[in-house]
Amino acid sequence: MSTTTSAPARTGRQAVRKSPHDAKRGRVQQRWLPWAFLAPTIAGMGIFTLLPIVASIALAFFRWDIISAPTFVGFDNFAEVVQDPTVRVSFLNTIVFVVVAVALQLGLALGLAIMVQEKLPAWLRVFFRSAFFFPLILSAASVSIFMRYLFNEQFGVVNWLLSIVGIPAVPWLTTPGGSAAVVILVYVWQNFGFSFLLFIGGLASIPVETYEAASIDGATGWRKHWYVTLPLLSPTTLVASVMAIINALQVFDQPYVLTRGGPGDSTRTAVMVIFESAFQRLEFGQASAIGVILTLIIMGITALQFRLSKRFVFYQ
Amino acid sequence: MTTIQERVTTTAPVVTRKKRDWSVAARVIVLLIASVFVLGPVLWTLSTSLRPPSESFQLPPAFLPLNPDLTSYEQVFKQLNIVALVINSALVTGLIAVGQMITAALAGYAFAHLRFRGRGALFSIVLATMMVPAQVTIVPVFMLIRGVGLSDTLLALIIPAIPTAFGTFLMRQYFLGLPGELAEAAAIDGASPWRTFRSVYAPLAMPGLAIVGILAFNFHWNEFFRPLIMTISEQNFTLPLGLVSLQGNLGTGSISVVLAGVVLSMIPALVVFMFGQRALQDGLTAGAGK
Repeated sequence: MSTTTSAPARTGRQAVRKSPHDAKRGRVQQRWLPWAFLAPTIAGMGIFTLLPIVASIALAFFRWDIISAPTFVGFDNFAEVVQDPTVRVSFLNTIVFVVVAVALQLGLALGLAIMVQEKLPAWLRVFFRSAFFFPLILSAASVSIFMRYLFNEQFGVVNWLLSIVGIPAVPWLTTPGGSAAVVILVYVWQNFGFSFLLFIGGLASIPVETYEAASIDGATGWRKHWYVTLPLLSPTTLVASVMAIINALQVFDQPYVLTRGGPGDSTRTAVMVIFESAFQRLEFGQASAIGVILTLIIMGITALQFRLSKRFVFYQ
Repeated sequence: MTTIQERVTTTAPVVTRKKRDWSVAARVIVLLIASVFVLGPVLWTLSTSLRPPSESFQLPPAFLPLNPDLTSYEQVFKQLNIVALVINSALVTGLIAVGQMITAALAGYAFAHLRFRGRGALFSIVLATMMVPAQVTIVPVFMLIRGVGLSDTLLALIIPAIPTAFGTFLMRQYFLGLPGELAEAAAIDGASPWRTFRSVYAPLAMPGLAIVGILAFNFHWNEFFRPLIMTISEQNFTLPLGLVSLQGNLGTGSISVVLAGVVLSMIPALVVFMFGQRALQDGLTAGAGK
């Protein structure tokens, strides 16, 4: 697949020009035509993404509740937001959530991908791939709804399963630790399939000869994966971890439906406080300030990952 | 564009020695346990929704719906205006999908086969917008929608979702895979550039467009955050929002009714899963290799 400018298109235009009738029309059309093709997308993105980014940054310096006129407050919103205990706790929650959920998601996805990819009958491989992919097509809201019942303290299937192995009922949704665990488990349950698919693609691109060479050198079992699979998979791991982290930093649906952020603030996330301060307390300036901070964090982490990756990612 | 399928099928078995058959069995067992954990909750949901509401909390749980009872489904239709919710969701999702397919095809074609000044820079800007989290733009977009008088309408959900950076990227890649000689041939036959796009390239790009449509459908059918913000009155709710409010109304009384609603909402996603699984997988991971 080539990403270079396409020579054939140019030849196409020359051909149009060569035709004497079309010479003028062809050239005139050529000039505005690309813009006609692009107009809907460019206009839409300008209005619904680029303009809002600028507006959001500007809004972060104002106090505005929609009803009265906005007043310029400088960095006050940022100062208030940084000192607000709820905001602090939710950012901390988000970080803990990202670390644990992403580690689980990637570990599970990598382990299962290696197992699926090695010497399995094709139909089993297809079955497992579809099974692990399946939760991705469901809505996070529906998933959270049925998971809430599965994690019910008295009637839930999870505690029933635990009781079989002799573990007493866990108060999943009524304690801070339990709620945080449920949010993470439900999120990972739904999303590990995405990293799994990326790893499957990455594993498939490792040449068989590499393993043959490693076997000849006497590498077996886990050593083979440690010295061959993991290094050769590092570019995929980078992409998978960047995407998993960016997505996890924006988690909202699961904690909102499962716990509404509680008990206390134990499962309140960064995006939840943006939502609450804008659409429940009508503090649009503060919401924008939190949004700007979250975006800066996302950009910073992504940049850091790519920088670190220069040291750890091994390209063939 | 190399699809995952092509890459997967070209992989030869990694373990070459024969004596390790027990390890294959062990792996299959681990994978089976994993798939039970993945599919179990969904089966439980289906099975519980098919039981009388009074037996919702039965333990040990039944994973096979042996004596289906449709009372819960009747209740869903009584307690929730599910027809309206489905119509809203279908309208929103359908119009977004069609809108994305059209705009992404046009823009993708321009970026792949038309030449104009600033093409590279503009494409980079389009790609960069993919990295902006929705939460940063949601407040100004909400105000804009409110400003033009569209708040609490379905259009507030549809219009902002139509311009798609990811779809544009996918379609550009797809069009780059189609030879430019086609345009040349069409031009020699006297076709205008627009005609060349409409009659030559767009039909050939149908598989790519299907991916854009399926991805849009899957994402927006399941979307919760934007509908939660943009719609206020229940008549404008989409399915996920309706289900969450149904759950709120019922508490934990008769969960099979809520679960029946959940199952109903999954049906279109299931249909897409069965027919578009390959397309979905390719589309989701297409951005990863860029």
